[in-house]
Amino acid sequence: MADAAVTSPAGAPTRARYGSMSRDRRWALRWSYFFLILFAIFFLTPPIYMFITSLKTSQEISAEINPWWVFNPTLNNYITLLTQNIFLKFFLNSAIVAVCTVTITMCISVIAAFSLARMKFWGSATLATGVFLTYLVPETLLFIPLFKMFAWVNETLGIQLMNNWWTLIILYPTLTVPFCTWIMIGYFASIPKELDEAALIDGATWIQTLTKIFIPVALPGIIAATIFCFTVSWAQFLYPLAFTTSTSELVLPVGIITTLIKGDVFNWGQIMTGALLGAAPPLIIYAFLMDYYIAGLTAGATKG
Amino acid sequence: MADITVRSASIGSPDSRSSLHKLMQRKSTIAFLMALPLILLITVLVAYPAGYAVYLAMLNKSMTKFVWFKNFDFLFTRDTFWMVVYQSCLFAITAVIFKALIGFIVAHFVHNIPSKGQRKWRGMLLVPWVIPPAMSTLAWLWLFDPSYSAFNWLLQPFGLGPIPWLGETGWARFSVILVNVWVGAPFFMIMYLAALKSVPEQLYEAAAIDGATWWQRIWYVTLPMMRNIIAITALFSTIVTFANFDIVRVLTKGDPLNTTHLFGTWAFRLGIESNDIPLGSAVSLFMVPILAVAAVFILRDITKRGSEV
Amino acid sequence: MAQVTLRKVVKKYDEVLAVRGIDLDIADKEFVVLVGPSGCGKSTTLRMIAGLEEITGGDIAIGGDVVNDVPPKDRDIAMVFQNYALYPHMNVYENMSFGLKLKRTPKNVIDQRVRQAAQILDITELLDRKPKQLSGGQRQRVAMGRAIVRDPKVFLFDEPLSNLDAKLRVQMRTEIKKVHQKVRTTTVYVTHDQIEAMTLADRVVVMNGGNIEQVGPPNELYHSPRTKFVAGFIGSPAMNLIPCQIEGAGDALTIRLSDTLSLAVPPSRVARYRAHVGKPNLLFGLRPEHLTETRQHLEADMQTFDVKLDVTEPMGMETLVYFNLNGIDVCGRVNPNAGARDGTSMKLCADMANMHLIDDKTELVL
Repeated sequence: MADAAVTSPAGAPTRARYGSMSRDRRWALRWSYFFLILFAIFFLTPPIYMFITSLKTSQEISAEINPWWVFNPTLNNYITLLTQNIFLKFFLNSAIVAVCTVTITMCISVIAAFSLARMKFWGSATLATGVFLTYLVPETLLFIPLFKMFAWVNETLGIQLMNNWWTLIILYPTLTVPFCTWIMIGYFASIPKELDEAALIDGATWIQTLTKIFIPVALPGIIAATIFCFTVSWAQFLYPLAFTTSTSELVLPVGIITTLIKGDVFNWGQIMTGALLGAAPPLIIYAFLMDYYIAGLTAGATKG
Repeated sequence: MADITVRSASIGSPDSRSSLHKLMQRKSTIAFLMALPLILLITVLVAYPAGYAVYLAMLNKSMTKFVWFKNFDFLFTRDTFWMVVYQSCLFAITAVIFKALIGFIVAHFVHNIPSKGQRKWRGMLLVPWVIPPAMSTLAWLWLFDPSYSAFNWLLQPFGLGPIPWLGETGWARFSVILVNVWVGAPFFMIMYLAALKSVPEQLYEAAAIDGATWWQRIWYVTLPMMRNIIAITALFSTIVTFANFDIVRVLTKGDPLNTTHLFGTWAFRLGIESNDIPLGSAVSLFMVPILAVAAVFILRDITKRGSEV
Repeated sequence: MAQVTLRKVVKKYDEVLAVRGIDLDIADKEFVVLVGPSGCGKSTTLRMIAGLEEITGGDIAIGGDVVNDVPPKDRDIAMVFQNYALYPHMNVYENMSFGLKLKRTPKNVIDQRVRQAAQILDITELLDRKPKQLSGGQRQRVAMGRAIVRDPKVFLFDEPLSNLDAKLRVQMRTEIKKVHQKVRTTTVYVTHDQIEAMTLADRVVVMNGGNIEQVGPPNELYHSPRTKFVAGFIGSPAMNLIPCQIEGAGDALTIRLSDTLSLAVPPSRVARYRAHVGKPNLLFGLRPEHLTETRQHLEADMQTFDVKLDVTEPMGMETLVYFNLNGIDVCGRVNPNAGARDGTSMKLCADMANMHLIDDKTELVL
């Protein structure tokens, strides 16, 4: 190759052009990495700063020294929070609410998605569109009428819906069910029609087709929907803020913000520790199931 | 021979035809029953409250009298209301534009690097989207702290600052938008990256052979191919940004002087905290027109996508 | 006894008639192929036999019992789909045994049947694999295995070879024929490929536009098509159909194809065609293999004429030659050594004993 370039005059310019092309590539690559590092700094600064602060004592936080460095690292903030009963109660509330929401949501949406995608009935196409529209209705539009409705239930039926953590289990599915149904319709629709016809000929009932064929085949979609569902219910902030007030009924995000921020006395070490612990469950799930997480994220727009 | 047996058997057929009819009916009945929990949930907890909000917005403060559009008339006379309208639009438009821009640029850079490193970078860059927004906004609140701001400490050596990140209207608006962009840009990045990967490599090769520069390749190949997904993502993000609550609530609570309120946070302030449910309801209803327009366009694009495939 | 009988079967989608009242009798152990262009209603017919589509009118009977309202699983049929429809999360063994398991067949019976079917199809060593790990041909075998295991009254095949490449398709075709010889189950097979139909079928059913055009053994369809559609559809390259007129009188009829070319009708056909002298809208049909290079000893009904070749396509064992006759491309099959070359003139020989005459109005062969 090199020989040819030396001996034949025609080969030389060609080689030079190739060289410049790969040099362009190399520069493009360097610039890409440069900007990626810049953006990574921008995107990761807050969580890293959270972590830095969580390792500091109150004295160090209020001292006039470099805030970006930990001089006397301590785990005291973690120990304080994790031994506080109230913090553990927040965690427990959050966990129970999230798990129940996920269970209820997946039961409702997988079964409904199967019926909408495969069995069809009068009005099922309209309902599928309706499901998508519901998904676009934000919680900021619904919390006031829901608040009033729950107060009414409270007054007339005597069921104490206000200021109870389990009320959130009723509320959160309004956020999760529409989206999960929507992406499950997408996943089910991508399963070839012949598969359920084969199952029909093999003698499977509709329920057996769902449990023995569709659920196993669409498992990646179900995992993605489950992750989405968990993340949404874990992160939800408006509903618990509006519907729960007693300290023992709060979930983690609201609990941290309302109990650790007292008037003007901000204990930033503990707040950051609490925030980090509150962010941990979704982050851990994300770390282990990133591909499913991303599949669920893109499914809404690319599948339907 | 076959004829005879068929004929004898088909005597019973009118009867059995009705049984098939029953069977088909049973199938759609089962299907309906399977979708029933979903239908109930949507009607009782989404559709009904949405309609109820309209009714609530037309009651007087103590909710004893139906006052038609008095609440809206009242809102139109308040400066705060117009401020919220202005801020909501400014917030949503600016944030969506920057999210889309940053998302597109970052997606391009990630797409550029060798594919074995892409997973790692993608994973790292999506972190802001994964953290519950209320929690990450706390970190921003601390970074913007008036006395201990870590940003101001960095700016100090350059003779800049201290910047009143959350104390002055202009800076406070900038800050809430910045945080929203920080949370939302990774989502755009992921969507665009997925779209970039779906553009066939041959198109770029064909464009390169036709002598297109990298800029022309983006303009004539990438953007047209991604147009639909860009539209869907942007419209979807417009809805979410417009209806945002967490960030403003944690960062400024609408301060200074209600200048950073969005419809959602102001409705919460009025409806829940000041106990004026009808007025809060009226405020939140102002989100509907924009949501409706965006929803119509999204639906159109999604059905278009569906028919393309 | 597992004969399949269709009586005046109609299928309507909304207002569109997909199948227009067809009658068909399929005997026990017979291999019947439904063939036709896409949209001719052949797949719909098969799916109605399977019970996957409701029938709008008429009756379908399997083994003498009307099954119009019987759900698929109770019709005692098995179906092989074009895209195989193997359950992706089950291995081959589980795929084949799924139907039996749902019927609560005893485990040892299932095992015995699966292994027997696997042996027939030579897939015993694949039983533990997932469909993803199989090649197209192997998947096709598994799909057939799933059907065999159930030991049904009727096998239904819906274009089972369309997803395979050309070479494998030929191989699997033979395979299906072998399996049918071993298992001897009544089979209804749908394809759009007329070669597949010819090679596999005991009887071929040609469908077009929701109607049955002709039913018969492959050779009968080939040599005496009853309609213009069948004449043009069966055989590759297709039969040449050239507008013509019949001239003459008495025992000397000629077929005029152009101003310069007319061919004598063989004496054996004269009586049959006499009534059509001078009529418009007639088509002269001749298969390419009956339009060959000229020979030393011409048989009685062979006639020669000169043409200018436009295109020649050497195929190895023969060469296809194309020439233009009044704006219509006509194809002939000549010996590769006959010296046919693009743009040259050549003397061709038409074997008029194998000609067809078609009325273009009624589309019937006269």
